[in-house]
Amino acid sequence: MNASYVALAVLMAAATYPFRAVPMLVPQMRRLPQPALTYVRLAGPAILASLAAVSVAVRTGADGRPELYVGPEWIAVVACVAVVIWRRNLLLGLLLAAGLMALLRALGLAVI
Amino acid sequence: MLIDSVGIEVSGVGFALVYGLAARAAGMSPLDVAITSALVYAGGAQFAVLGYIAAGAPWLSIVLVTALINSRHFLYGAALAPYTAHLPARLRALMAYPLSDETFALAISHFRRIGYADVPGYLLLGLGISVLPWIVASAAGAALAGSIMDPNIFGLDVIFPAAMAGLAVGLVTGRREIIAAITAVVVGVAVALAVDPAIGIIAGGVAGPIVGMLIPGPALSADVEVPAS
Repeated sequence: MNASYVALAVLMAAATYPFRAVPMLVPQMRRLPQPALTYVRLAGPAILASLAAVSVAVRTGADGRPELYVGPEWIAVVACVAVVIWRRNLLLGLLLAAGLMALLRALGLAVI
Repeated sequence: MLIDSVGIEVSGVGFALVYGLAARAAGMSPLDVAITSALVYAGGAQFAVLGYIAAGAPWLSIVLVTALINSRHFLYGAALAPYTAHLPARLRALMAYPLSDETFALAISHFRRIGYADVPGYLLLGLGISVLPWIVASAAGAALAGSIMDPNIFGLDVIFPAAMAGLAVGLVTGRREIIAAITAVVVGVAVALAVDPAIGIIAGGVAGPIVGMLIPGPALSADVEVPAS
């Protein structure tokens, strides 16, 4: 075990946990005004959509700069979303998305 | 919630294995990886700083990058807070520890569906199905470095964005959520390309609800039902 890695991990945890805990521990969150309640309700689908889009559409280029990525992963994500809308079944959508990507990679039509 | 978590956690284990492989290459031992995973429990940030660690970057820059990437968790805590406000502070503090992308996505969908905070289900999901496998699989990845194939060959890497998109769709109940989500996608990708992916994710998550609130519609609440205690 490298003590310096552990110390660094402690600092990283100290930089992470407050973002998770503060909004859940601050008493004022009990009595949010209506606009704030509306905002946090809309924040759920918004940040998940943002996370999905950036994860699949932005890659780091050879020069270290972010660049737009268009690839078969888009098809897999859209297929999952379609299944969720159609069948209301996330697990089925995820199996389809992963299976599709595995197939495309096995056929040499997609790379990791 | 637990059924939905299966696919996501399979993806999480695959990601953890890949993280472990990369962390070993950056010079960390399996024990270092396990301790880091247990203390930080933030896959994206842990992965992102490996390059900094390998390059011997100053700790301050590593901590700042970690804070930047994980600042989106503030929105997660804020969105869950109306459901958890009546719970004891110690329990809320415990619930904050496993609050990751996956835990939030599954929990907010579940809480909204049932109308209250399912604490046992959340803790089982967060600690038992998310944190523990993350620690074990990342350490295993570090221990097995060089002797296992890349798990992403099975398409596990696409599960994360697919799950986030699918769960976002599950949270849509009207025009406001649709506009908020579309705005978040556009702003998120644009800012990610112009500045940085971590900032893009946060920018999308912040801007989406603002635009969504401009759409006329019924007042939304967190739909919170506080169970009698």
